[in-house]
Amino acid sequence: MFQPEYESMQREQLEALQLERLNGLLARVYEHVPTYRAKFDAAGVTPRVSSLDEFAAFPFTVKDDLRAGYPYGMFAVPLRDIVRLHSSSGTTGQVTVVGYTAADLDTWADLMARTIAAAGGTPDDIVQNSYGYGLFTGGLGVHYGAERLGCATIPISGGNTKRQVQVMKDFGTTILACTPSYALLIAETAREMGIDPASLPVKAGVFGAEPWSENTRAEIERQFGMTAIDIYGLSEVLGPGVAAECQCKCGLHVNEDHFIIEIVDPETLRPVPEGERGEVVFTTLTKQGIPVVRYRTRDISRIVPGECACGRTSRRLERVTGRSDDMLIIRGVNVFPSQIEQVLLGIPGVAPYYQVVLSRRGSMDHVEVHVEVSPDVSFDEIKTLERLRGRVSAEIASVLAVNISVKLVEPKSIQRSEGKAKRVLDLRAEGSE
Amino acid sequence: MVKQLTVFLENSPGRLARLTRALGDAGVNMRALMVADTAEFGVVRIICDRPGVAKSALEDAGFSVSVTDVIAVAVPDRPGGLADVLEVLGAEDLNVEYAYCFVEPGGSGAVDVFRVERVTDAMRVLREAGIRTLSADEI
Repeated sequence: MFQPEYESMQREQLEALQLERLNGLLARVYEHVPTYRAKFDAAGVTPRVSSLDEFAAFPFTVKDDLRAGYPYGMFAVPLRDIVRLHSSSGTTGQVTVVGYTAADLDTWADLMARTIAAAGGTPDDIVQNSYGYGLFTGGLGVHYGAERLGCATIPISGGNTKRQVQVMKDFGTTILACTPSYALLIAETAREMGIDPASLPVKAGVFGAEPWSENTRAEIERQFGMTAIDIYGLSEVLGPGVAAECQCKCGLHVNEDHFIIEIVDPETLRPVPEGERGEVVFTTLTKQGIPVVRYRTRDISRIVPGECACGRTSRRLERVTGRSDDMLIIRGVNVFPSQIEQVLLGIPGVAPYYQVVLSRRGSMDHVEVHVEVSPDVSFDEIKTLERLRGRVSAEIASVLAVNISVKLVEPKSIQRSEGKAKRVLDLRAEGSE
Repeated sequence: MVKQLTVFLENSPGRLARLTRALGDAGVNMRALMVADTAEFGVVRIICDRPGVAKSALEDAGFSVSVTDVIAVAVPDRPGGLADVLEVLGAEDLNVEYAYCFVEPGGSGAVDVFRVERVTDAMRVLREAGIRTLSADEI
């Protein structure tokens, strides 16, 4: 553990620390952020709580609040105290700007150092950071965490995949940080270059920034012979470093000394019983630049009950299978692209590359899953292909309880991503086909 | 036995043209080309003079190629010529997955290509029945 005094703190002490920090936060935002003052006043709450339970009476913050304050309206410090600005990826609507003070960056580096240490990282490691550097929080977030831990950090950023493979081989990379879909592309590229990814010295990977499935984890681990760790974060809350798995791989430890996590029913907004699924809500306890109070992430997950064998006392967030924004409603059934991925990776003969294509046929929405045929398939006979397509279709139907048409496409015809993979292609705006 | 290339293709405009251009640029000469299609995808089966060169040229051009052993038989150009061959296979319970034929320019007859489940068995029964199969050099 990088900071055992916090990571394995007794629950009672941790909750006392949370309460103290929460009161500091509520006072700060009430004083400095007009939006929070107005919300608190409207809800009839005063910015002071005597127990964490009382916090449930506080109003939620949503993405639209941050958008309405664009660019700096939600900042809780004057701009002169801000030393870094990042921006959300803006995949759904207008982007938002987040600002960090020097103290925020210091905390962030600590939390990312915890994350890399939890994946097995030590100062002896060589971290290849293939997250994109720039406005996206992934690149610099991992960068400063790896340096804080004392790792030799390679700021390679995303892209130029052949060079990624060459650097992994030549520099002796032991920890890879990137999106899980990019890790698979790196493996594929290595094989094209005649390098077996399993022969590379990489032992662990910290993968995040997009939902991925257990089967993708198994695939990455098999191809590289590494331990693949899921990490979680979002720019509105911090960036990467909010929660991360330890090597038990049984849920992501939330850095609860810096964040309060709640799971609420997305309809009623009431907390769900411990262990049940709902929308994940975060409050930033220590953030100065742009703190958030009960921020609704739109991510659906649950708290994993029980204690973890690793000794960390923080509660664990189950792998986030999808953001409610990504959720497709197909004939009344809620479907996350990651569920489709889970099915595909269990079927030999299809590559892990897929895309869900939405189009209009007349007045109806049409959903089709495009799946690449693996180059290893002996596709000489049409019946082999038809059987493969039938199997994909049947397994999707049995797992998701909805019939989705499946189209087999040529190997390497689905666009590879060097960052967040685009799993859903929405052609509905382009007219009917 | 003859090596046949099979290429998996999506049904989209220009794909077949790109495939044949890639072969042409590599100096590969095709003997036969057969397209089998379904609503969404197709497979293209090719017999050519240099299957190894053709395979790498197609793969470099981004196509997915598999190589299959098929049987080529010179069938006499007379009524019942093909039936004689198929009856030999049928009598031994050898199932023909697919077949196609082409005519060699200047040749005396047609060449029939078969994909059979058990290729070596099929070769044997044809030989025993006195039907000559063609080698790669002969087509």
